[in-house]
Amino acid sequence: MNKFTEDDLKKELETKEYEYGFYTNIEADKFPVGLNEEVVIAISKKKNEPAWMTEWRLEAFKVWKEMKEPDWANVNYEKPKFQDISYYSAPVQKPKLDSLDQVDPELLKTFEKLGISIDEQKRLSNVAVDIVVDSVSVATTFKKTLNEKGIIFMPISEAIQEHPELVKKYLGTIVPKTDNFYAALNSAVFSDGSFCYIPKGVTCPMELSTYFRINEGGTGQFERTLVIADKGSYVSYLEGCTAPARDENQLHAAVVELIALDDAEIKYSTVQNWFPGDAEGKGGVYNFVTKRGLCEKNAKISWTQVETGSAVTWKYPSCVLKGDNSVGEFYSIAVTNNHQQADTGTKMIHLGNNTKSTIISKGVSAGHSQNSYRGLVQIGARAKNARNFSQCDSLLMGNKCGAHTFPYIEAKNKTAQIEHEATTSKIGEDQLFYCNQRGIDTEKAIALIVNGFSKEVLNKLPMEFAVEAQKLLEISLEGSVG
Amino acid sequence: MLQVKNLHASINDKEILKGINLEIKAGEVHAIMGPNGSGKSTLSAVIAGKEEYEVTDGSIILNGEDLEDLAPEDRAHKGIFLSFQYPVEIPGVTVTNFIKTAINETRKAKGLEELPAKEMLKLIREKADLLEIDRKFLSRSLNEGFSGGEKKRNEIFQMAMLEPKLAILDETDSGLDIDALKVVANGVNKLKSKDNAVIVITHYQRLLDYIVPDFVHVLHNGKIVKSGGKELALELEEKGYDWLK
Repeated sequence: MNKFTEDDLKKELETKEYEYGFYTNIEADKFPVGLNEEVVIAISKKKNEPAWMTEWRLEAFKVWKEMKEPDWANVNYEKPKFQDISYYSAPVQKPKLDSLDQVDPELLKTFEKLGISIDEQKRLSNVAVDIVVDSVSVATTFKKTLNEKGIIFMPISEAIQEHPELVKKYLGTIVPKTDNFYAALNSAVFSDGSFCYIPKGVTCPMELSTYFRINEGGTGQFERTLVIADKGSYVSYLEGCTAPARDENQLHAAVVELIALDDAEIKYSTVQNWFPGDAEGKGGVYNFVTKRGLCEKNAKISWTQVETGSAVTWKYPSCVLKGDNSVGEFYSIAVTNNHQQADTGTKMIHLGNNTKSTIISKGVSAGHSQNSYRGLVQIGARAKNARNFSQCDSLLMGNKCGAHTFPYIEAKNKTAQIEHEATTSKIGEDQLFYCNQRGIDTEKAIALIVNGFSKEVLNKLPMEFAVEAQKLLEISLEGSVG
Repeated sequence: MLQVKNLHASINDKEILKGINLEIKAGEVHAIMGPNGSGKSTLSAVIAGKEEYEVTDGSIILNGEDLEDLAPEDRAHKGIFLSFQYPVEIPGVTVTNFIKTAINETRKAKGLEELPAKEMLKLIREKADLLEIDRKFLSRSLNEGFSGGEKKRNEIFQMAMLEPKLAILDETDSGLDIDALKVVANGVNKLKSKDNAVIVITHYQRLLDYIVPDFVHVLHNGKIVKSGGKELALELEEKGYDWLK
């Protein structure tokens, strides 16, 4: 981490505003707005899905229709009009790509702007990427290398065709299609996402990464990610997201399911930078995401997230610690500026004996934003010697923003050990003057202070993401002190 | 090097400095003494450019340049250094990372390249040794959990790194035991040269036994009421401030 100083970052910064706010003019195959059974069937058909999958979607849709949007989160927004959204949009391109050369050049340019190289030959860093634009996956790199190890990494739409037994066995087992309003909606209309399977005993030789991009206007993005780490395997998975700057609110409702079988480990990192809306709070992505992982015996799942984007974030990456000795971790930095609202945290469900969980949450609020941590630590009646450590720190800038902490603890077994620490601090004028006096201007000083504050979480990110994350922190807080 | 002319400054419409005149040449050490509330710390903050204070009249000139419109960081780039009475904590930012940022920002302002990591490290080691600072200290979070002595030593370490033209030591002796005081004073003396100047702000004569001033000024109620040589400090020690009021 120390390699990347704030200086390096500054140099890399070219633009100060949301730099991913461009729109690429690519011909899109887009459904008309509205949602009903026909649309669900049409999505399934478009994907050439087997009957069981169509059925599964329809069941989810039926449940969803009866559900109400959750309103317990500490956020205020105009509820999306679900009949005004188009539920499928795909960049039009040749039906089957033999090589990357056949990808729409406009699309390639988009990736270049996003700083993603999908040219495998020229790629220096060791990351395999799956790229999802609007509703479909457009490119997956490093397929061959991964195949040799028996690792499956492909769009979930392809996995449904090629590995139906795996998908059928695990899809919806951790996040049931009836789990919540947005998970049910996702189950009915998801159009793509990534699928990953690591065979027994295999350590995935590279970081796997999915890059999500919403391009079209008036669409929602509903991607579904399923990661299965078979016994004794290891994988590190990265996820990044951006969207064009639009003055409408766009809906993003994703579901991520992780399954870590006995002795397996999954490290899942997210850098979420959906368009946050403008300085007046107009536009921006509604980010309503359900992420959950299951740990079998001795397994470990670690969620790391850097949340800087979205107008409204509603997201609680969680771990079900079912197996004995399993470990769950949650490391989070959530930055809100201007009129952004974030209600994010985790659930650690301890079911097995000697299960252990760690929660480190860092919230940075600036402008008029509201930033809430919401977490649940639950120790089941039969979980002996479960341990949890939670730490929630908030940093405030100015006096118009808010930081909130909602920690819930339910311990049903007397042997449980639970620790919770929380702090709230403010970037003080004195801190800024001290930095200024040493020749560091205010903007830089804020970046320095925020990076220091977030260090414990930044250190958990894989190298490739750590730089991007630091950069994002800096950009997100642009102009937060007048 | 520094000329302070008829300086008036106020905070929240309350006038604190009421016409200060001061002339400091390169190579000199000036001590500013005075009772609590006389405006000593305000003077140092105003020279450093703290924005809460409003300069209502007069000027501060550094090497011929009026500092009036310069932000604190710009003044720092021009060679003004303030050793704080109460250095602030910045959790998660190491002493090394902080000073590296400060140095490179200053270099950038002067149109210089960043100092290569290797040279930076060498410089840090050299200055740490000069001030008898333990290497482990350098990877701790800035001022977090530091003792009073460590905080002040860290201030002088930063001064050594930044090599300012004008260093203002604001009550650097407060909170120091005699051993720490000697180390800090010793550090300042080593950094003194014919090209830079030092302003020592203090209540007590004690520090001036170790950092010997060329001039002593007594500040009272926002004005310099008496100036003299180093013997003035001894006189103050003996008689207190009351006779000057």
